[in-house]
Amino acid sequence: MANHAQAETLALREQFDTAEQQKDASTLGMWIFLITEVMFFGGMFLAYTVYRSKYPVTFAVASTSLNVYIGAFNTVVLLCSSFTMVLAVRAAQLGKRRAIVLFLILTLILGFMFLGIKAFEWNEKFQEHHIPGMANFHLEGVPIEQQGQAQLFFSLYFAMTGLHALHMVIGAGIVSCLAWWAHKGKYTAEYMTPVDVGGLYWHFVDIIWIFLFPLLYLIDRHLGKWVS
Amino acid sequence: MTGHVDSVKTYALVFAALICLTILTTGVAFIDLGPFSVVVALVIAVCKMLLVALFFMHVRYSTKLTKLVVSGGLLWLGILVLFTLADVVSRGWVGVPGR
Repeated sequence: MANHAQAETLALREQFDTAEQQKDASTLGMWIFLITEVMFFGGMFLAYTVYRSKYPVTFAVASTSLNVYIGAFNTVVLLCSSFTMVLAVRAAQLGKRRAIVLFLILTLILGFMFLGIKAFEWNEKFQEHHIPGMANFHLEGVPIEQQGQAQLFFSLYFAMTGLHALHMVIGAGIVSCLAWWAHKGKYTAEYMTPVDVGGLYWHFVDIIWIFLFPLLYLIDRHLGKWVS
Repeated sequence: MTGHVDSVKTYALVFAALICLTILTTGVAFIDLGPFSVVVALVIAVCKMLLVALFFMHVRYSTKLTKLVVSGGLLWLGILVLFTLADVVSRGWVGVPGR
């Protein structure tokens, strides 16, 4: 049957009427997962907001101790990776196999670049004794009795950037698999749902950083004149 | 589905806008706007989020159901933030006998 043969090439599962319906279902499923992730990160953003309003001065000193130029540069790196990712999805929509692989590999390189810069930044924190829970923790410009508040800032900093980085690592794994399967010719203009859905995940992780960057690095920056 | 394929130009423009907004938000952060520093930073972040979601994540072309789920999720996030902050802010307002 011609119909059956067509269904084979579209990898259409029997519970769906059309390939379009199947694709819409996958997209919807991914979005529902992403919404659970929004709520997951939302809890941490909220904890940060509450403690920042409770200890504004210490949080301002701690926030301005972060390196804003590295943060801004990393934001640009991540935005570049989102751009290459969307070009990979576009290549998949057009069924250009080599372009998919190329753009996915570029995305992967930029993703690892982000993680490398993040690791460099975290290493700096170790050298500056800004690691919460360590016996030698000390934030300059904060009185001894408020060091605990500074530890709270860096706990939230490491929890938020750490979980974001974990998502990046998972994303890098997904992009690697997609690149391999794309290389094998698994994706065509008719069937490219995994690339599309993988792209949604990658862009979501980008959006989380779009909020982390200003909230952690920027909003107290203008106080720099009087904070240390 | 090959329904809507945006041009590379569209994506490049969105990407350029995202980079400009990043430079803008970093630059503005050094200017003293008082309490509006947070507002400006968040407004720019929301703009960037909308650009990524609408163009890169194709929400513009998504089904009505997907759009509903996305807005519903943001609504729920709003409830989480609003109710928690309402609690935190108003805690000292009413005296509790015995405390």
